[in-house]
Amino acid sequence: MSNKSYRQAIAEALTQEMRRDHRVVIMGEDIAGGLGAPGEDDAWGGPLGVTKGLMAEFGRERVLDTPISESAFIGAAAGAAATGLRPVAELMFVDFMGVCFDQIFNQAAKFRYMFGGKAVTPMVVRTMYGAGFRAASQHSQCLYPLFTHIPGLKVALPSNAYEAKGLLTQAIRDDDPVIFFEHKAMYDMEMEVPDEPYAIAFGEANVTREGDDVTIIAFGRMVNLANEAADNLAKNGVTCTVVDPRTTSPLDRETILETAAETGRVVVVDEAHPRCSMASDIAGLVAQEAFGELKAPIKLVTAPHAPVPFSPALEDIYIPSVAKIEAAVTEIVEYGEKAAAE
Amino acid sequence: MSSIKPITMPKWGLAMDEGMLARWAVEEGAEIAPGQEIMDIETTKIANVFESPVGGILRKQVVSEGETVPVGALLGVVSEPDVPDGEVEAFVTEFLENFTPEETDDAGAPTPEMVETASGAIRRLKAGPDDGAAVILIHGFGADLNGWMFNQAELAAERQVHAIDLPGHGGSTKSVGDGAVATLAAAVTAYMDAAEINSAHLVGHSLGGAVATSIAAASPERVSALTLIAPAGFGSDVSQDFIEGFIGQSRARKLRPIIELLVADPSLVTADMVEEVLKFKRLDGVVAALRTIADANFDNGAQRVQVRDHLGNVSAPVQVIWGEDDRILAAGHADGLPDSVKVIRLAGAGHIPHMEKAADVNAAISALG
Repeated sequence: MSNKSYRQAIAEALTQEMRRDHRVVIMGEDIAGGLGAPGEDDAWGGPLGVTKGLMAEFGRERVLDTPISESAFIGAAAGAAATGLRPVAELMFVDFMGVCFDQIFNQAAKFRYMFGGKAVTPMVVRTMYGAGFRAASQHSQCLYPLFTHIPGLKVALPSNAYEAKGLLTQAIRDDDPVIFFEHKAMYDMEMEVPDEPYAIAFGEANVTREGDDVTIIAFGRMVNLANEAADNLAKNGVTCTVVDPRTTSPLDRETILETAAETGRVVVVDEAHPRCSMASDIAGLVAQEAFGELKAPIKLVTAPHAPVPFSPALEDIYIPSVAKIEAAVTEIVEYGEKAAAE
Repeated sequence: MSSIKPITMPKWGLAMDEGMLARWAVEEGAEIAPGQEIMDIETTKIANVFESPVGGILRKQVVSEGETVPVGALLGVVSEPDVPDGEVEAFVTEFLENFTPEETDDAGAPTPEMVETASGAIRRLKAGPDDGAAVILIHGFGADLNGWMFNQAELAAERQVHAIDLPGHGGSTKSVGDGAVATLAAAVTAYMDAAEINSAHLVGHSLGGAVATSIAAASPERVSALTLIAPAGFGSDVSQDFIEGFIGQSRARKLRPIIELLVADPSLVTADMVEEVLKFKRLDGVVAALRTIADANFDNGAQRVQVRDHLGNVSAPVQVIWGEDDRILAAGHADGLPDSVKVIRLAGAGHIPHMEKAADVNAAISALG
């Protein structure tokens, strides 16, 4: 056990799974040296250095630099998965997924179903998401709700380094296509991560705080903000349960509904746009299945329905904040108190 | 000022660098005895009562309820009644002026190491003087060397104390063979060989108790004394809910009530404690190893492992410690033991009295050898 960054945790999962299973290969833009890079064997390790060093250990046969053609290499990964490899493809920014919609939505996601269960597609697409990186509207989106919408895909959103290693290990061992979302503002976050390989099961939420007043359900990087808000609120006597669903597909409905019923007040924190989002999805779930338990309206803390601004000042306001989460919690706690007083 | 004694924040386990004083159980001016429960302390890992290491009058509560302070910080001051207030105040002032919290990764503190043995890699935490009498702490099913956090440092004042992880547990090899007690016992003796320990006081808890008994019977020359804490293999039954729940539950909210079966007072169990168990179980090979060990030693609420009869072959002094509220292995399993075996029953303790009633258990271990 030692302190590792989110970046190191992801690299360690890739390394250990590539050692464990020779069928695991990785592919993507610049993940090794990049064609024409100085010193062909000096790994760049992708735009943020996550895969650095893998080519030195596993060679170019298993660490494949690809052309800037997502439609080609994501399709190649789907085909490789259907024919026996376990590829991990890196789609640099999730914003670029538009050019490989068909390969993911119509091909990889559908193979198991359309071949009557006779085909499996053990592919992983690692991709960066999220705002806060001053990368403007074409490199800062969340987009995980789009993938969550498609049956046949699994979607993982690791909220810290421990989660990242365990969920990526599970993703690689999983026989279905998994879209693995790495928040680009989290790569340097460190925590204790076991040196040994381990897998975290999909569809099992992590309850990171336990409280009596409000249940906060948060996704990916937002889990950390929700924890911070819960810790701040606890000092003033308002205690929150914080739920990290870990995967949006499959979704741990049981834990979400149980914890929502326990407190009767729900805040959903989602960095994605509010329409057709995980926030609206969870709100719909709770309203439908736990309406009778609710003491206050469900509150959503999300980005606005607007592109991510390039202006740093605007971008900072755009992203859900600890203060906004605290305000949402306080608002529905007071709603309950007002109702009781009347 | 020699009769003024500080009470400081204890260090419970390697990871602890601060603790929160949750509750004072005694008022200023009260007389306290060594071993008396004087406060509740909470860390991120565990919540427990703190038993006074010293006796006298509690002169001052330096830290108030709800405060979080580093390990070693002054919590309170105890003295004889005739010490003037001024001296107590001077003692507190001097302590606070000179106190600097230890670094988190204090270089002098023992850290776990891997030891290669004939039975594979065994993780151990060794503490205490090299010339001290050897004590080996052997944990139970699903636990690891951190389970001795309330015992090892205290016992290590005069003894050389080795806390080890059994195969399949903690940082040790996840290869457990057939998982039988004899196989685990062979791993412990392999560790003793590798660590060049000829003979030791074996302290075994639960399944580790059966392991220790098995070693004492098979190799009496290796065992100088035997302390068995709620040992397996002394009765017919075991909590099936615990064994199956421990292996099977992968969500914290479902695992927590299973872990709570271990203790008389469920408030000892923290969310982090449950999370540590989950993190352990997620490691490659752990669930399979636990399954193998469980199937080898337990069968649907019955114990396959039986070591009670082995006591006849044990020449070393033996004591058995049991919590009266044990819900995993019933305290009645200690009934009917030979007169030569000292039986200590602890009220208010469940299956892990070495954590729940650490002072009593430490005193008993020290008294035996």
